[in-house]
Amino acid sequence: MVDKLERIIEQDGYDVHLIHTKKFKTIHLSLKFTTTLTRENVTKRALLPYILQQGTKNYPTAIKLRQHLDELYGTVLSIDSSKKGENHILTIRLELPNEQYIAGSQDLLNNGIDFLREVLYQPKVEDQSFDSAIVTREKQTLQNKIDALKEDKMSFANNRMIEEMCKDEAYRLRVHGYEEDLDDITAEDMYKYYTNMLENDHLDVFVLGDIEGLPVEEKITNLIDGGRRQPAIQKDKKVVQPTEQTIIEEDDLNQAKLHFGYRTNITYDDPAYPALHVFNGLFGGFPSSKLFMNVREKHSLAYYAASRIESHKGLMFVFSGIGPDQYDKAREIILEQMEQMRQGQFTDTDLLETKEMTINQLRETLDNPQGMIELHYQSVLAQSTLSPNNLLENVKHVTKEQVIEVANQIQLDTVYLLTSKEAAQNEA
Amino acid sequence: MKHNYYQQIEENIYSDTLPNGLRVFILPKKEMAKTFAIFTTNYGSIDQSFVPLNQQDVQTVPDGIAHFLEHKLFEKEDRDVFQDFSKTGASANAFTSFTKTAYLFSATSKIRENLKTLVDFVQDPYFSEQSVEKEKGIIAQEIRMYDDQPDWRAFFGTIKSLYHHHPVQIDIAGTVESINDITKDDLYTCYNTFYHPNNMVLFIAGNVDPQETMSFIKENQEQKQFDEPSPITRKFPNEPDHVAEQELEIKMPVSVPKALIGVKENQIPEDPKTFMLKEWMMDIALDHLFSRSGVAYERLYEAGLIDQSFSCESHLERNFGFSIIGGNSKDPKKLAQLVKEELLNLKTSPIDQDSFERIKRKKIGQLLRAMNSLEFIANQYTHYQLLGIDFFESVKWLEQLTYEDITSFTKTWISEQQLSTCFVTNE
Repeated sequence: MVDKLERIIEQDGYDVHLIHTKKFKTIHLSLKFTTTLTRENVTKRALLPYILQQGTKNYPTAIKLRQHLDELYGTVLSIDSSKKGENHILTIRLELPNEQYIAGSQDLLNNGIDFLREVLYQPKVEDQSFDSAIVTREKQTLQNKIDALKEDKMSFANNRMIEEMCKDEAYRLRVHGYEEDLDDITAEDMYKYYTNMLENDHLDVFVLGDIEGLPVEEKITNLIDGGRRQPAIQKDKKVVQPTEQTIIEEDDLNQAKLHFGYRTNITYDDPAYPALHVFNGLFGGFPSSKLFMNVREKHSLAYYAASRIESHKGLMFVFSGIGPDQYDKAREIILEQMEQMRQGQFTDTDLLETKEMTINQLRETLDNPQGMIELHYQSVLAQSTLSPNNLLENVKHVTKEQVIEVANQIQLDTVYLLTSKEAAQNEA
Repeated sequence: MKHNYYQQIEENIYSDTLPNGLRVFILPKKEMAKTFAIFTTNYGSIDQSFVPLNQQDVQTVPDGIAHFLEHKLFEKEDRDVFQDFSKTGASANAFTSFTKTAYLFSATSKIRENLKTLVDFVQDPYFSEQSVEKEKGIIAQEIRMYDDQPDWRAFFGTIKSLYHHHPVQIDIAGTVESINDITKDDLYTCYNTFYHPNNMVLFIAGNVDPQETMSFIKENQEQKQFDEPSPITRKFPNEPDHVAEQELEIKMPVSVPKALIGVKENQIPEDPKTFMLKEWMMDIALDHLFSRSGVAYERLYEAGLIDQSFSCESHLERNFGFSIIGGNSKDPKKLAQLVKEELLNLKTSPIDQDSFERIKRKKIGQLLRAMNSLEFIANQYTHYQLLGIDFFESVKWLEQLTYEDITSFTKTWISEQQLSTCFVTNE
């Protein structure tokens, strides 16, 4: 891999990660605030990104803020909240064109950083409170988002499955928050929550791009107020016994969603993690995988059938979209693929090819600026020294025995079917 | 082999047209780990009526056949081509749009092997009755999946409301009924007509050596036999300027109703530069109104009529074009009415000069950002190549666009008869 270098600098209460690369024509700044997922704060944290994008002291309306970004040659500001394991992460991103490609755009980086500082430290605030009209309006926006999510049947089914599977774990919480919390949230609460986040969350600052020779460290010191405390990221490695339950729910739909939740108990910092990647590739990660080949190609039961691993909690999910009358058959075939993996029914060639594909996928992720930041952030979250490049190397050395061992460690927890009314009655 | 260097964006393109008519473009980018290649035929869901190769009369084939063919090309007598890519660790895919079918892979090693797989599998069809029948089940699932997606239904509903006869209104995948009529022979008819190298473009971007790669493709093509290239006759019905239905309502389960407003384009310019300028002017005008920094967006947002789902997109092709604006709304009727008013008002209250300059700046920055992606470069370059336009060269035209150009454009762009609305509401 070419000229990529990560330098981590511990600042006064936050960590700066400098990633120099010549791959891109842009410079990327990413601020990641990390804390533990809690039922109490989940909706507030989901709401915060919407409020922060509605205006600042000097750009007091959303349109003024957006037009200023246009002036900075279409610089992109995006803020969102996400869940990784039992962490709730608020990310503030700024993507700027690299000024060397645009004539007359000197100081673009400085102007971008000034703007980011404004968003961070000078949001639209009065008397220790966010603007209450904005908060009311954005509560509605979040409400709409929550409503719209119900229409995406795949993510709806996945969320429902996780709620049932992780009933007693923080991971069950919906990252977009809860309708019923919205009424009671006030503009003052939100501002209090925000200042608390600024001061007390774990903070990582990523700067990525063609930055060698630029005084980036100095610029970041100007961006973030020092003197904060940097708490450690909490790690919860509690092993939960699987329940082996089947849940069938009905909805108004043409295509049923059959999902499976497994517990791998293997997280990013586990020595078996590279083998888990390879396992997933063989089982359901690629078009050559067992799930795709058997559920879709051999039996024509589904348009998609795939598996995905969750790296910070140790879970794996299987997704498939099937005809509502095909549940029994699809379930049987999917479980059978898992059984075959446990028994090592895959060839050395399958293993080799899947390793190649896994490596290819990781290297391709490193050709994307956000992908590069996210992969580096994985090791921050896991408090691991395993860099993306080490992970690649380790994947190369995974053996068949290690994959079989992983397969035998994975336990089925929940089978979840979202199906049509008629089919649900037949199953009952 | 031709070499073009585009100074401002610091990119190189090597290109050649081979004796069989195939156009090949190579964009080397040594910093990247990966290489992305896309092999595209100028054939999509709208190409339904045409004169088959070596025949005289126009034939019409079942809806959804271009997409069906795309699926079937991966299957050979003895294997599935996906596995050939998998063997080298590459990932492959394909898509069918209104006007194009494209086959692609990305890989970080064994690029030659993968290039050979790509070009050879697309140029060596194997269709059997049995495999055609099997595919019907898979595609039926794909169609049903889309049937459950309100955004997709709304998008196609809007196109249906805009067009009386033009085949752009047909779902790209067809319907469960129409794909049932597809036979092996239909697939060969379409393949032989539209997959001639003369109708195709190969674009390779990434970690490759341009000379070696070009020679490799040339040698590969020299070993194959093709008929003499001949122009393809495609037939499109006459389409009136006005929309087919001013309002269309789709009933399906949705948590929030939707309204999408369609704008139908007429008089699409033949000349490449005029075509491209029209596309940018549409883009800038719509951006001025409906982007996140748009004046109409602010009004609609403040009125509580739109949310994050609100979006705006345009498609301009040789013989059709449209824009679609809208999203979820508590009051879809009101939203539709206001969006239409905003569009019609452009005629009398055009964009101001500062906004025009600001949006141009943004567009230049956006293009530069998009160039981080090999996929974007390859897809866009191919798209415009098939329209006779050099995409990188055309960035200059954006810079040259004047305020007078845009104000005179918006004076005559939209009239009431070009507008339609598609609502999606609960049963």
